[in-house]
Amino acid sequence: MPRNANIKKVMVIGSGPIVIGQAAEFDYAGSQACRALREEGVEVVLINSNPATIMTDVDTADRVYIEPMDAAHIEAIIAREKPDGILPTLGGQTGLNLAVEIWEAGIPQKYGINLLGTTFESIKQAEDRELFKKTMQAIDMPIPASTIATSMEESLEFADKLGFPLIIRPAYTLGGSGGGIAYNFGEFRHIVSTGIIASRTSQILIEECVVGWKEVEYEVMRDAADNCITVCNMENLDAMGVHTGDSMVVAPSLTLTDREYQMLRSASLAIIRKLKICGGCNVQFALSPKDLRYYVIEVNPRVSRSSALASKATGYPIARAAAKIALGLNLDEITNAVTGKTKASFEPALDYVVVKIPRWPFDKFHDANKTLGTQMKATGEVMSIDRTFKGAFLKALSALEVKLVSFRTQHFAHFLDEDLRSFLSVPTDGRIFAIFEALYRGWDPYDLSKLTYIDPFFINHFNELIGEEILARSIYADRDDEAQMSLFNNKVSTESEEEQEPELTRAHLNHWKRLGLTDCMIGGMISKSEDEVNNLRMNQDVPIQAVYKEVDTCAAEFEASSPYYYATFEKTGDLKAIESANGLNRRVLVLGGGAIRIGQGIEFDYCITHALMALTKMGYEAVIVNNNPETVSTDFDLSDALFFEPLTTESVLDIIAQIKPLGVVAQFGGQTSINLAIPLWQHGVNILGTTAGSIEVTEDRKLFDALMGELGILRPIGITTTDYDAAPELGNELKYPVLVRPSFVLGGRAMEIIYSSEGMRNYILRNRYAFRNHPLLIDQYHPGIELEIDLVSDGETVIIPGVMEHIERAGVHSGDSMAVYPPQSVSQSFIDRIVEMSTAIARRINARGMINIQFVLSAGKLYVLEVNPRASRTVPFISKVTGLPLIPMAMHAVMGGRLAELPGIEAGLYPPQDLVAVKAPVFSFSKMQEVDVGLGPEMKSTGEVMGIARDYPTALAKAMAAAGIPIPENVEGLGVLITLADTDKDDGLSVARRLAFLGTKVYATEGTARILNEAGIPAEAVKKLHEGRPHIADHVESGAFKLVVNTISDNKAAEVDGLKIRRSAVEHNIPVITSLDTARALLSVLEGRRSRKPGTTITAINDVPVRWQEMSFAR
Amino acid sequence: MQNAIIALADGLVLSGKLIGSPGTIGGELVFNTSMTGYQETLTDPSYAGEIITFTFPLIGNYGWTERDDQSRSIYANGIVVSSLSDAKDNWMAVKSLSDRLAEEDKRGIEGVDTRVITQRLRSAGAMNCIITSELTESEAVAAAQDWPDLSVQDLVGSVTCKEAYDWDEPLEDGIEHPEPRLKIAAFDYGIKFGILRAMRDRGMIARVFPANARAEDVRAWKPDGIFLSNGPGDPKTCIDYLRDTILDLGSNIPMMGICLGHQLIGLSFGLDTYKLKFGHRGANHPVKDLENGRVHITSQNHGYAVNAPPDDHDLVLTHVNVNDGSVEGFRHRELPLFSVQYHPEGCPGPLDSLYLFDVFAKMMAGS
Repeated sequence: MPRNANIKKVMVIGSGPIVIGQAAEFDYAGSQACRALREEGVEVVLINSNPATIMTDVDTADRVYIEPMDAAHIEAIIAREKPDGILPTLGGQTGLNLAVEIWEAGIPQKYGINLLGTTFESIKQAEDRELFKKTMQAIDMPIPASTIATSMEESLEFADKLGFPLIIRPAYTLGGSGGGIAYNFGEFRHIVSTGIIASRTSQILIEECVVGWKEVEYEVMRDAADNCITVCNMENLDAMGVHTGDSMVVAPSLTLTDREYQMLRSASLAIIRKLKICGGCNVQFALSPKDLRYYVIEVNPRVSRSSALASKATGYPIARAAAKIALGLNLDEITNAVTGKTKASFEPALDYVVVKIPRWPFDKFHDANKTLGTQMKATGEVMSIDRTFKGAFLKALSALEVKLVSFRTQHFAHFLDEDLRSFLSVPTDGRIFAIFEALYRGWDPYDLSKLTYIDPFFINHFNELIGEEILARSIYADRDDEAQMSLFNNKVSTESEEEQEPELTRAHLNHWKRLGLTDCMIGGMISKSEDEVNNLRMNQDVPIQAVYKEVDTCAAEFEASSPYYYATFEKTGDLKAIESANGLNRRVLVLGGGAIRIGQGIEFDYCITHALMALTKMGYEAVIVNNNPETVSTDFDLSDALFFEPLTTESVLDIIAQIKPLGVVAQFGGQTSINLAIPLWQHGVNILGTTAGSIEVTEDRKLFDALMGELGILRPIGITTTDYDAAPELGNELKYPVLVRPSFVLGGRAMEIIYSSEGMRNYILRNRYAFRNHPLLIDQYHPGIELEIDLVSDGETVIIPGVMEHIERAGVHSGDSMAVYPPQSVSQSFIDRIVEMSTAIARRINARGMINIQFVLSAGKLYVLEVNPRASRTVPFISKVTGLPLIPMAMHAVMGGRLAELPGIEAGLYPPQDLVAVKAPVFSFSKMQEVDVGLGPEMKSTGEVMGIARDYPTALAKAMAAAGIPIPENVEGLGVLITLADTDKDDGLSVARRLAFLGTKVYATEGTARILNEAGIPAEAVKKLHEGRPHIADHVESGAFKLVVNTISDNKAAEVDGLKIRRSAVEHNIPVITSLDTARALLSVLEGRRSRKPGTTITAINDVPVRWQEMSFAR
Repeated sequence: MQNAIIALADGLVLSGKLIGSPGTIGGELVFNTSMTGYQETLTDPSYAGEIITFTFPLIGNYGWTERDDQSRSIYANGIVVSSLSDAKDNWMAVKSLSDRLAEEDKRGIEGVDTRVITQRLRSAGAMNCIITSELTESEAVAAAQDWPDLSVQDLVGSVTCKEAYDWDEPLEDGIEHPEPRLKIAAFDYGIKFGILRAMRDRGMIARVFPANARAEDVRAWKPDGIFLSNGPGDPKTCIDYLRDTILDLGSNIPMMGICLGHQLIGLSFGLDTYKLKFGHRGANHPVKDLENGRVHITSQNHGYAVNAPPDDHDLVLTHVNVNDGSVEGFRHRELPLFSVQYHPEGCPGPLDSLYLFDVFAKMMAGS
């Protein structure tokens, strides 16, 4: 059917902030779909509270609303924009849930508009556990024995009947949050109670658990004419029991016979037909490893993380096709954009193997429970492509920035056999390395397979790799250096007696590279450095180097025009010849950001994407290397060439050797890409923009201190020591409070603010064992207002779009604090000083491109905390609210242009816009058990939202609402628990007083309550955990508190209680505020409510005045 | 493992490792893009005379199973793979692919860049090749050029059964098998067991007849329907001795044709066939049903195709390939007769078109 001409304006619901279970994949899907809709001449209205996305760019949709994603705001937008339909299947579970909510509230019906593509009924059938069960039974689809429960009693009854293990899944949640596997009644009670709370409908599904079965997924498409295809299937390496988002995945399936493959494929088609989904859908199966039995586990009637992976794995743009189907087009009417010849009604054929490995945040959340189960814990993932499973798997490990020199890792080499065995029996993030160790010890692969439920096919592949290492070590480890060199020396005369030897070793090297071993790993095997191995293979008569093959959706059956490549060590590649006959090389390689992780989120993909678009506009050939399948930057039509490869020196150098770019852009992909600048530069690569030398100045403590001294800029004084016992005294010298941390990465642990020498002694006592003789860094800590800027510089002209003021004081990681633009409490003289200092720094280091600088204003003095010679996480936010697209400007400078040449550009600080925007962090604490939710110097948030309004309180209110801190209309009688650290008692009084004045019911522990009462503030005392019952946690459980204000002290004993209170609150969905600044911000919102009538205001970002228009400035 | 080379008639030579015993084998080199189903492909008699390049780079992953053979032996002359796996860990596997190849003394080459070969066949068209562990490069290229063309070999004659037999394979557990109600006379031009199994699952019992069986012998068995199977090679090499039987039976008894059977029906009713540049071999070919607009993903394996019937022809075009517009199926204007170019039985590949066997059953019930 041709597209429905009545649809002229479509509302797209985004997925909101990045949280565990819902990451950048929805920006990828959403922005691809928006482009596809506009291709068809449809006007797109978007709601998404997440400013750090391409989706919320004014270029992506016609009307962009960065507003809280709730019914009230959606209704206000519908009323204003009057769309012809709503597309609910692009915004992940958040978008889908919101669509269900507004439909049930009758909002779209009120305005006479429909859901496009998949209908409300279809969504309900897939999402509502009871309906889903009935629907599956109606088409004879096997599903695990299960029951729906809404209470503990019902749940226990079922468990009695069926026995253990059992899986508990809450309805309508993302990433399986609140669910889990229970092996006994104790675990069962716990998971059931959290699950009921997590579900939007207080519904949980309890089902038979087929731990150990294979988990296989199919991505299916269907159009209104009932044509169906499967885009791809995927097999989880980790069997049933590990959430698919936490599982290593291979595509296509490798251990399924055609009969098994087709059985599940046919089932997928039957399911999507029965559900009448129009668009994309994901079906998850459990497949018995012993017979042809299978179960349908889950159906997601929307684009998903898996569909993003499937799109990148096959080259088939699922979201694009889904959007066109929603407009009424059929699959055979949609062109396959990759081949340009075939239609969307076909199934991709792969001639390579794809491996996905998740990226977990355990480096930041050291105390988290690392066991993998039904609740997803990964923040992101990497994908890799090669011609073999081994190659793709090893490449994925490198893409995770894991640098192996041996399959035997230090950590596991020390395990006793029995400890290794028990470690292997539980899925964790580190289990793969334990498998390597076991194989290294010669354990039977089949035995390991039984222990881990990982198919022997994969274990055998790992075993072969380990066999290679052991063999290589046995051949090469004993030889001395010279003997080895002569072996590799290709120039050895063929007349020599050792004629066979050089051949043999070249063959070895060739063989290892084909297997996918990195230079670093080979170096480890033959006692050489990574660079030496690289030289050995590249300095041969015929170099052993990577070639690049195309991802073309059709296994080379048709000629494709997709410049989407992966490396492999075969002889022939698909790269088009380098056209530089006229000597005019305009090829630029942009380094991506890799997996989404805490501290390096979607913001960087925003920057990379804009860098690519800017290069294209400037007339350059934009080439990207990245390995994150969830991203916009790896979309097939965003660059002139896409290399899906690890971001390592080796991989990037290999690409450079083939495509010979004029330079490399390293400043947009976060720490991952900037970390490559110096090593690449040392290999003679031209780093475009700020030079590697300048980057080094900002990163080296000594050089940086010298620079600040020279410019007369204050920065917190720091000391480095290895004499831990002297630390308390050194703290005195610097004057407490101080910020202390070990000088090496310790998985994010042990960075703390210490207020006294006693606190320092405690700190040393607690952490001494972990320091392992590494130096300790102690810095002055200046409590005060933190301020931040992103600037664009060409070394001379410096442009500052605006200043952001952090709401939480310095000490809370800048990524975890709320920030407001423009500043609300800083006088102009300090703003002027910030501009002065920033300009001086940028000029002094001859910065070309983006710089991020963080300041603290403490006791009337401005200090520079950090200078980051790269784009930062605030770039998308500040670009959007100031109306200044920073990345295109920065690219102009990076490519050597003068900013003064840009028409309409102004140097210095732009005057503030007539609006207030607040950025608020979003956390995923409910997904990570045992993690402390308290804010501190280590970043913990996974995403962010924005509130925009004419005035500060409204912007704040919106930001908080969007971040999930509910702002009740009426606070009269609302229970608030206040527990304060000693250092906060004075400040806390005023907060408590204001809360009480608003009419809330304040609860506090006995000590605090007494202080409050003495100050004339009504507060009810509650018992601490060890003071008998009911204690604080009981009150949390009973729902007495609707808000918890709990500030954190450096007294760890008091903290044990604090931690428990915070965790318990998080698990009961009660907002926890751990900084008095956040509490004050909330108070100003609540107090503002009393004087103004609450109402819903909305602002389209498209209406923010644009102050500089990016244009084609081809040269 | 011993070294080997594969030499194409146009001079492309790639080296790799030998699969099987030392020696030399030739055939028409084709590529198949299915990601699963190497066992079904290798045992499909339609591949007689051909050397199959698997575009999926890992072949042999799940071993060799008991119930997925499409015939009693491996008909392809040889195989070309990127990596060969010896695995047999899938519960269905009884041996590894290498075991099975060795049993049949089949030869092949491993460790060559199958994508390069595919690209060559895509641009230059299907051509003959030689896999050898003994010839020099130039000898091998010359041998490839001398290898007899498919169009001069009666491959159907070499793969068809010698005598008629009843399809009585023991039924599989766990699936319902309706009581047989219809008798199908299936012409074996290289029939795949998957077809016979699919028919049996729908209450059709088959007697398999040799390709050159006489119409009266077939009629004597009193079949409810006639089935013309898939098979290898150029349909024109055998049409002369099959045409009359097809026209005779097709005019009187409901008839269904698949693949070569479809081509032979086309030729019998006066249409022409031609050789495709590099054929359709894989499990992802979209076919549009012109009568209802539906698109099905189909399993295909053919190097020849039938020209589209003119508008006034007895055969009415019913199905076309969405990618290249080639003819995928027709039905007779009056007679209960239809045929498709693709494989509704899958084996390997999608089962979307199994319904065609139901169509056939209905056709018989209606006549």
